[in-house]
Amino acid sequence: MEQQYIDIYRQERETICQHAPEVLNAVRDVAFDDFCRLGFPSQKVERYRYTHVAEAFAPNYGLNLQRLRFQVNPYDVFKCDVPNLSTSLYFVVNDQVLPASEQAPTLPEGVIVDSFCRVAADRPELISRYYGKLAQTGQDAINALNTMLCQDGLLVYVPKDTVVERPVQVVNVLRSTVDLMANRRVLVVLEEGASIRLLCCDHALDEVQFLSTQVTEVFVGERAHLELYELEETHTGNRRFANLYAELQSQASATLDSITLHNGQTRNRADVVLAGAGAEARLNGLVIADKQQRVDNNTLIDHRAERCQSQELYKYVLDGEARCAFAGKILVREGAQQTVSQETNANLLGSPDAHIFTQPMLEIYADDVKCNHGSTVGQLGDATLFYMRQRGIPLEEARMLLKFAFAADVLQTIHLDPLRDRLHYLVDKRFRGELTKCEGCKMCKA
Amino acid sequence: MLEIRNLHATINGKEILKGVDLTVRDGEVHAVMGTNGAGKSTLSNVIVGNPAYEVTEGEIIFNGKDLLALKPEERAHEGIFLSFQQPVEIPGVSMTNFMRAALNAKRKYLGEEPLSAGDFLKLMREKRKIVELDSKLTSRSVNEGFSGGEKKRNEIFQMAMLEPKLSILDETDSGLDVDALRIVAEGFNSLRTAETSAIVITHYQRLLDYLRPDIVHVLLDGRIVKTGGPDLATEIEQRGFDWIKEGL
Repeated sequence: MEQQYIDIYRQERETICQHAPEVLNAVRDVAFDDFCRLGFPSQKVERYRYTHVAEAFAPNYGLNLQRLRFQVNPYDVFKCDVPNLSTSLYFVVNDQVLPASEQAPTLPEGVIVDSFCRVAADRPELISRYYGKLAQTGQDAINALNTMLCQDGLLVYVPKDTVVERPVQVVNVLRSTVDLMANRRVLVVLEEGASIRLLCCDHALDEVQFLSTQVTEVFVGERAHLELYELEETHTGNRRFANLYAELQSQASATLDSITLHNGQTRNRADVVLAGAGAEARLNGLVIADKQQRVDNNTLIDHRAERCQSQELYKYVLDGEARCAFAGKILVREGAQQTVSQETNANLLGSPDAHIFTQPMLEIYADDVKCNHGSTVGQLGDATLFYMRQRGIPLEEARMLLKFAFAADVLQTIHLDPLRDRLHYLVDKRFRGELTKCEGCKMCKA
Repeated sequence: MLEIRNLHATINGKEILKGVDLTVRDGEVHAVMGTNGAGKSTLSNVIVGNPAYEVTEGEIIFNGKDLLALKPEERAHEGIFLSFQQPVEIPGVSMTNFMRAALNAKRKYLGEEPLSAGDFLKLMREKRKIVELDSKLTSRSVNEGFSGGEKKRNEIFQMAMLEPKLSILDETDSGLDVDALRIVAEGFNSLRTAETSAIVITHYQRLLDYLRPDIVHVLLDGRIVKTGGPDLATEIEQRGFDWIKEGL
């Protein structure tokens, strides 16, 4: 399986480099060597136990190495936005970062939301200082593959003590007439005291097979504050491999939400390092899957400093023949005293053919900590369903109300009110089975 | 209104009802008394269609319809309401959404338009007063964190909202203090009309003092073994069930 990617790189290295900034090319060969050495992880590799990686990468996808532009301007046609939420809107089509719209509101001074290619022309050091520093290519084949193939990326840079009031929305749109692989890269840098809220959503607009790799590196400086909401609403022919790495300095806080509303196969990895004393991380996830959808969330929260807090809540509502996994480790290192950490994974299974593999883990090397972890797997209660039916609520409606209630507390963690309202609406639609035929665009088609 | 003939029912293969006959006419309140395990709750569960129970013989006719052919929600739409012995807590589902879903499902079944948000809230406010239910409770999740008494009051509140033709009160008096019992009973009485009927299942005379049933039945070992007027309840309160068993 690896061979086709090795061949592509050997044959197309020049083309890849020609259409990419030097800062990305500088680490490409190392990533290639790492990829050759690592190969795709088998299920014997602990963090890939629940996903057949090689199988997903086996088909022959096209790559847009020449960086040809997709002709439609998404700023004109894309309507599926969040009502009442005024955002600075950016589009990434496949793995090309489009320039901001001319009507885009101006960002506070010094704030950059732009493509690597454009930033690298003037200030390459802004990228080279951070690029690949958290997402090491030596240990993870997805990082290595992404780093060797990716030609552009999105930089979100917020300088010291700058607060970006208006949320930034990044819409990843997959468009193609042939099966396509996209390799996206995101770099989020918050300097000391900076603050920003980011909403990233994934859509697949054409009915071909898509495979996307995405590597996100997040640097949250001292006292900085980040909210990052990731939402996937693609189709069953979509495969997503996303690795997110975050490092929080002292007194920094980050909320990282991951919501899979509709997909094909999804593998999300999130590694969060609490590097400075008093940092705080909240990881929340919601997965709604049925048919033969696959979602594998794999997280690591690494407490390296004292007085840090982490909270993790992942909920899955599964039906049909969905097979999903949650594996989350909390690692409290020696010296990370007074750590407070809580990890919960709760799962609701609506069909006998739905599967969840759940693995909450806690590894503690400090003695003055307060940590707990747990997971539950359950079905809708017969007594509850009967109570509702006795009041006249039809069985299907009762099921839907209960599923929605189950998912609701993850949505409560969203601090952006219009986004939360929108998700309430979308989740409701999803449970009613209406999200597979979204009006106006084909993004949700099953 | 309700005609039960030779009803046999089992749960997990065990026969609980062994041939129950019962007729309830419009406007009547029937009390069903009996020892623990006699089948009182089974009877109420079978009438409303709890899928945990299996009817093996007999029939139930409700206003001319074969009740056993209907789903639980359809029986509710036809006008049957059960006040549960142990109301279920439903975290995350607000009382408002719950009641709106229930009411609008019934209206849809009857071919009526859904209630507007304004009319619905007005109705909630109005009906809440009947059982002196705090507005704080109706803004919470269904029964979540409610005390025993609040749960029972909430049952009567739901009954008031849904305006059933036949109400079944399954040990609504259990776990209630004297004041709560009075509120629940008075609430229930205020909803009575010449067209509505009720079956009241209880162990005690106390609730019946308020509800004044027209007919009292004694259910023992899966059969109705004795039927009488309100005096029968008083007699049972004084003498227990043994004298009835001995007379069989």
